[in-house]
Amino acid sequence: MISIQNITKVYHAGQKPIVALSNVSFEVKPGEFVSVVGRSGAGKTTLLKLFLAEEKPTSGTILFENQDVHQIKPHYLPNFRRNIGVIFQDYKLLPSKTTYENIAYVLEVMGASDADIANDVVRVLDLVGLTNRAQSFPEELSGGERQRAAIARALIHRPKVILADEPTGNLDPYHTKDIIKLLTKINEMGTTVILATHNQDIINTLEKRVITLDEGKVIRDEERGRFAL
Amino acid sequence: MKARLSGTKKEGGSPFNHMKASLKRIIKSGWLDFRRNGGLSLATVFIMIMAISLVTSLFLLEKTSNFLVTSLSEKVDMAVYFTDEPSSEEINTIQKELSGLAEVKSLQYISKEEALEKFVERHQGEEVIMESLEEVGGNPLLASLNIKAFEATQYAAISAFLDSASFKELIAKVDYNEKKPAIDKMFSLTSTINHTGIALSVVLAVVAVLIAFNTVRIAIYNSRDEIETMRLVGASNWFIRGPFLVQGVISGVFAVLITFLVFGLALWFLSPKISLIIPGLKLSAYFFSNFFIILLLQMAAGVGLGTAASFLAIRKYLKV
Repeated sequence: MISIQNITKVYHAGQKPIVALSNVSFEVKPGEFVSVVGRSGAGKTTLLKLFLAEEKPTSGTILFENQDVHQIKPHYLPNFRRNIGVIFQDYKLLPSKTTYENIAYVLEVMGASDADIANDVVRVLDLVGLTNRAQSFPEELSGGERQRAAIARALIHRPKVILADEPTGNLDPYHTKDIIKLLTKINEMGTTVILATHNQDIINTLEKRVITLDEGKVIRDEERGRFAL
Repeated sequence: MKARLSGTKKEGGSPFNHMKASLKRIIKSGWLDFRRNGGLSLATVFIMIMAISLVTSLFLLEKTSNFLVTSLSEKVDMAVYFTDEPSSEEINTIQKELSGLAEVKSLQYISKEEALEKFVERHQGEEVIMESLEEVGGNPLLASLNIKAFEATQYAAISAFLDSASFKELIAKVDYNEKKPAIDKMFSLTSTINHTGIALSVVLAVVAVLIAFNTVRIAIYNSRDEIETMRLVGASNWFIRGPFLVQGVISGVFAVLITFLVFGLALWFLSPKISLIIPGLKLSAYFFSNFFIILLLQMAAGVGLGTAASFLAIRKYLKV
């Protein structure tokens, strides 16, 4: 489903080029639950940006359903991105829209009917426990609430793949457990999940495939892996 | 966390319904953004009011200068004086020949008696003049033909025609040469007013457009992260651009309505005073009789400016 082939990404900022990813390759099969772990700066977020075609790799290709994502014309990028639900590390909620509108936005851009939107958003809000925050703006939400709103937005349109970049970074252990349970459940329903995290407990309880990145390189790729650096 | 995601299909319906729904969403979102960014929207509207006011002022200024030019042009004429009182046939042929000229707007024949009557009328009560008139005895005044051209520049051509006309021997004098400096001055004034007007309009219009454009650009610059996020969650360019264009249109419409109201009221109260300075110029009557043209002009300026500026400013951020 997703094939990362020899991806290298070098940033040229300042005097010294920074190698964010170096020759990274792995495959993700449909319905898989993959955790990508590593220290901050290991290249997790860069990988996510490259997969979304937000940035171009220095070399290498990323295939999604046998299509090179960096060859997609700008006009068709929105269609491609609708296959993916992303929980951004910095949430990326739209500040001028309420929680409800932020979540509904994804369905609106896809052209869902008003009835479907009303129905689904209410369910997802309930799912992440933000029903009574529906009319609040992102700046009125706590960090954890924002994170849950971001999660709700990533789920709402039933994407084929969910990319979760530190989705539990701002959550207390109670909510963390819930979110991971939710991601597992969505995965069981058939959605591919790629989870980037440095939370040791999550990885160790999941008992799923773990890819470990260190300084831009894949240093380990194990089925039923554990967190070890 | 009990609820489950339903499995209904998301996309569907005819493309037309899809477009209609999108359009509705774009307009709604544009209006909401306009309201929620109150301060910024207000600033944009204010700047646009300035721009539209400039355009409207120029429109009115042009009308005023046109009025001045025409009313001054109307005061210019030339007169042909005849040696003897010509016979009515001669007058007829002369008038016929002259009215055949493309430059001639109107002709007015003044006989010796009429000239005397006018003279007496004008100088009534001025004893010295009346006395000297009596001293001269009889009617010392000449019969004349007043000629008006359409434009001040055309008198030269008419004067040249008179120099070689068939009735040349009847002419005592043509006062064109006396009036020439005045006519030339008049002509250069007209063209100066027009040229200055055009130059001023262009400069002011450019300034207005740049300011309005910059305001919209700053507003969009503020939203650059949002635009990027919209791209990343799969919104098409039109779906992102749409609400900004709608905001531009709304700002434009508000600006136009406010400007129109301000100008309407100002002219309503000021027009009588302007008429005192420039008699015959009825700006408020002009403004209200050209209501729709002015409104259209303002709408075009306001809405056009708002949308064009949004469209151009947002391009940069849609490249993610």
